[in-house]
Amino acid sequence: MILLLKYCRNIFLVTVLLFSVTKIWANETEVDSTKSDSLTITEKKFNPGDFIIDHVLDNHEWHIANFNGKHISIPLPIILFSRSERNYGLHVFMSSKFHHGEATYDGFKLEMEGPHKGKIVEVNGAGEIDETAPYLLDISITKVVLELLLVFAIMLWIFLSVSKAYKKRRDKAPKGIQSWMEPLIIFVRDDIARPSIGHKYEKYLPYLLTIFFFIFISNVLGLIPIFPGGANLTGNIAITMILALFTFAITTVNANANYWKHIINAPGVPWWLKIPIPLMPIVEIIGVVTKPFVLMVRLFANITAGHIIALGFFSLIFIFGEMSTGAGYGISILSVIFTIFMSMLELLVAFIQAYVFTLLSAIYFGLATEEHH
Amino acid sequence: MELVTPGIGLIFWMLLSFTLVLLILKKYAWKPILKMIKEREDNIENALKSAEKAKDEMVKLQSDNEKIINEARKERDIVLKEAREIKDKIISDAKVQAGVEAGKIVENAKSLIQGEKMAALTDIKNQISFLSVEIAEKILKKELSKDASQKEYIESLIKDINLN
Repeated sequence: MILLLKYCRNIFLVTVLLFSVTKIWANETEVDSTKSDSLTITEKKFNPGDFIIDHVLDNHEWHIANFNGKHISIPLPIILFSRSERNYGLHVFMSSKFHHGEATYDGFKLEMEGPHKGKIVEVNGAGEIDETAPYLLDISITKVVLELLLVFAIMLWIFLSVSKAYKKRRDKAPKGIQSWMEPLIIFVRDDIARPSIGHKYEKYLPYLLTIFFFIFISNVLGLIPIFPGGANLTGNIAITMILALFTFAITTVNANANYWKHIINAPGVPWWLKIPIPLMPIVEIIGVVTKPFVLMVRLFANITAGHIIALGFFSLIFIFGEMSTGAGYGISILSVIFTIFMSMLELLVAFIQAYVFTLLSAIYFGLATEEHH
Repeated sequence: MELVTPGIGLIFWMLLSFTLVLLILKKYAWKPILKMIKEREDNIENALKSAEKAKDEMVKLQSDNEKIINEARKERDIVLKEAREIKDKIISDAKVQAGVEAGKIVENAKSLIQGEKMAALTDIKNQISFLSVEIAEKILKKELSKDASQKEYIESLIKDINLN
């Protein structure tokens, strides 16, 4: 009975969250449909593929809207380390210097077309791409990096204040944001870490909580289409790769002898699978690498797919808008309905992916530290 | 292809900021939060346990109280009974004592009265004998003064004696 009540309450909370998010979505789509007119002015033909990929990928500026043929975007800092003779050294400047790829600055150019699209390249004296230049180290604060820092700032703010609240309200019922976070923290502790890892779960809990909230907050922010959100953070392979590498590193460092024994000489396997050709050890070693690889790809693919679908629905408005304005407006209603549905689904996915990533990490830690029975 | 090619800048920033945030949160958020949650859970559990214990103790105390009251009641009954017995015994003893005492007093009185009576009787006897002697003396004095009558009287007396 209590469980059922808890379940009902959770559904209620999720619904409230969903509606607040969809409201923002709905507002945004209205803006987008007006945007379609300006888009058709500035660009000759709408290319949904490029449109979607441009939004999913990282960018050197935070594009907000096109208005009367002008780009409205937030310029982001460019940090380059060049090893070529002409530009050797560190270069720091704002991306607005490139004028959306139209200008070269300080011997660098932001390519908008071709094989280096979206990348910064070095140019020679004649203003052409210097193909002979050594690899350009680009550690700019891009859209995804800014979103990353934003998510970390939000996390630090939330959890340091929650921590303070715990210190201040010792042994009292949680209050405010503390009572929002406590069920999630206890969920990670009691439903993810403890059953998967066993009695040593406390050691891994800080990491599991960090990745759970990082993925969850990033996913939810990714669903918000306006400025502080909208960047495809957890749908970026570099981000998921680092997360998976952390899980892999922690698993490998903490693995006990039993774990390695199972990989090199798995018990209960016929000897001819190990000698003369070590078939099973090879399979096991591949498995060790596959686990984090799958973690990386799962999160990346799920979130990117969500963004692509949502953007696909918006593209429909533009495609039909090119045929006739009426058809564009007509299809926008359908698009909005589908997008609302997709947003709800994506919100579920946002939580599920955070849960799955954390759970699988915990299971890997549990496997690596399991005692021999 | 770019979609699945991790950018070096992003890897750098993610590695740096994630490590920093992980360490900061671990030290300043997760450890204290988890510690407080655990502490609170322990406290709640302890409080529930001690409440249960207090309840048990109350029940035990109540039964103890009842036992004590019952014992006290029994004790009281015994004491009352004893007191009653003592009272009865004292009364009966007193009665016996009083009877004995009264008997003694009566006896004493009786013997005293007897003595007094005897003394009185002796006294009366002596008085009577004295008085009779005196009367006789007076009569004799008066009668002997006349010879004739005296003779007459003596003769009567002798006569009486003879008749006997």
